[in-house]
Amino acid sequence: MGRTLFDKIWDSHVIHTIEDGPQVVYIDRHFIHEVTSPQAFAGLKKRGIGVFNTSKTIATADHNVPTKDQHLPIKDALSKHQVDTLIKNCEEFDVELYGLGHPYQGIVHVIGPELGITQPGMTIVCGDSHTSTHGAFGNIAFGIGTSEVEQVLATQCVLQRKPKTMKIQVDGALRKGVVSKDIILYVISQISTSGGTGYFVEFCGSAIESLSMEARMTICNMSIEMGARGGMIAPDEITFNYIKGRQFAPQGSVWDEKLTFWKTLKTDEGAVFDKEYYFDAAAIEPMITYGTNPGMGIGISEKVPADSDTVNATLKKALNYMDLEGGRQLLGKKIDYVFIGSCTNSRIEDLRMVADLVKGKQKADHVNAMIIPGSKQVEKQAVDEGIDKVLAAAGFELRQPGCSACLGMNEDKVPTGMYCVSTSNRNFEGRQGPGARTMLASPLTAAAAALTGYVTDVREMLN
Amino acid sequence: MEKFQKLISTVVPLPLQDVDTDQIIPARFLKATTREGFGDNLFRDWRYDPEGKPNADFVLNQENVQGDILVAGKNFGCGSSREHAAWAIYDYGFKVVVSSFFADIFKNNALNNGLLPVQVSDAFLAKIFFIIQGNPSAQLEIDLENELITLQTTGESESFEINAYKRYCLQQGYDDIDFLISKKLEIQEFENATTI
Ligand code: SF4
Repeated sequence: MGRTLFDKIWDSHVIHTIEDGPQVVYIDRHFIHEVTSPQAFAGLKKRGIGVFNTSKTIATADHNVPTKDQHLPIKDALSKHQVDTLIKNCEEFDVELYGLGHPYQGIVHVIGPELGITQPGMTIVCGDSHTSTHGAFGNIAFGIGTSEVEQVLATQCVLQRKPKTMKIQVDGALRKGVVSKDIILYVISQISTSGGTGYFVEFCGSAIESLSMEARMTICNMSIEMGARGGMIAPDEITFNYIKGRQFAPQGSVWDEKLTFWKTLKTDEGAVFDKEYYFDAAAIEPMITYGTNPGMGIGISEKVPADSDTVNATLKKALNYMDLEGGRQLLGKKIDYVFIGSCTNSRIEDLRMVADLVKGKQKADHVNAMIIPGSKQVEKQAVDEGIDKVLAAAGFELRQPGCSACLGMNEDKVPTGMYCVSTSNRNFEGRQGPGARTMLASPLTAAAAALTGYVTDVREMLN
Repeated sequence: MEKFQKLISTVVPLPLQDVDTDQIIPARFLKATTREGFGDNLFRDWRYDPEGKPNADFVLNQENVQGDILVAGKNFGCGSSREHAAWAIYDYGFKVVVSSFFADIFKNNALNNGLLPVQVSDAFLAKIFFIIQGNPSAQLEIDLENELITLQTTGESESFEINAYKRYCLQQGYDDIDFLISKKLEIQEFENATTI
């Protein structure tokens, strides 16, 4: 019987299996950031031990950094302390840090791939659930808690039970105005926020294969939002071309060796998954969420489910929080903020997509439109390509890299009661600030809303 | 980690599904660099209004509902991987969370901190909520050794599953990291033999 790509990579990293228990899994790359690492380093200190292999851990500051005036000291005392603690820990434990001011700094899931650190066939972890993003390169990448960060620092391993496998196949051509964010919002709306719990997902099918690496990352990024441990896509020529020549990509004969290995990374014909789903790309519309979890999404022309459809306390609470009425479309709903950023959609391709749409146009007066590049490199590229000017002319504010209003830890927040069309990945209550009302959508749909000031069907703007 | 054997306690019911870790502990409270003190902000935005006044409707603010066991709706702990969520629940004083489904990462985080996640059937969960509604002082018994959860008022019980290794860790107060450190030699050999 054939084996899945997941099984191949996982099994080749298992060092030990505890009977009726978890397995010791070796980790090839470990990313850390300021929020979920301080307690892990404190644990090492308490035990009097060091980092097992410093060459496998890379640090950056992203969650808690300002997105303006990054050259100045951080104003918020607690944030500053946390970022300073990361700097100190990295010095003390000899971990490479791409901190504020470094040309490689950025959101951890943006910089790993763009620096060529993220490669096929690896196991990758980070104390952040969206580590699943890296799976777009055909590796096993998943989020861990801080106790596990400490374990990886101390031993380069985690203790995990092997998840089940799920295949999600999306075939066919995407319709106009529909992008990878819509695919994943659609899939989550179909299988729910817990539909993937206990599984590791492989995305495949012609619609997935035709996507760029940036677009694939958006899909794997949000696999965690259906509860999955992670998502992966088998590597192909698009993957190899993306990696080639990047700062930490293999070079010379090592490249050739790796490439030969990477080309073997596929699910075998006839391999059996524990669960399989099939979707038709042509059935997907631009998507938007109406509620307070990422599974509460609808096609842009559809109606918000009515209370009576499901007499469900959770839906009622969500609609109440969002101040929306069931049974109505979201189209035409007035919005206040647009946030384009986060590890889901802050890559150069996302910024290009937005710039193409808004070029020569103006955002609506009442809308506050922020764009946060995912990294210093994305920011630089945007400037090199003149995207910064296009955005500024359209009234969009391009800020500096970080997680920003994706989680509202720094000062970038959406005020209470305001509606924000956001390209991030979570619309939980208060996620973008206490009382903030988030509608998740693609960069195209978000940009369209910024231009009109209302929830808009972007297809009407494309010719 | 503290040892866990058996617990009999009243419960705090939270009959909502998909309670995410952003609700358990909002991001703006994640700026600490230690593990302590997160309980003060557990369910912060449900527990307090924007001015910081306790919200009388929220269960943690109701005097007659108290206990070491939190019982919540399906898919508890989804969303962000922040271990701070498990720390906050434990720091507040809960020793057990009961639900009919837990998000993966939360479950791991809970177990790594001596907080026991007990997964029951939807029917048993509904029963617990029903009983508590009628009698807030009803107690649950959690017996880890026998993997059994019992409603004390009716005597009804259900078994729950936890793998033998994790059960042993909880009973002994033993952390995963202790186990991994004991495997360092094997890990070093593995690392020397692989190329990635
Ligand atoms: S951008 Fe948002 S989702 Fe991504 S790592 Fe940062 S906080 Fe997490």
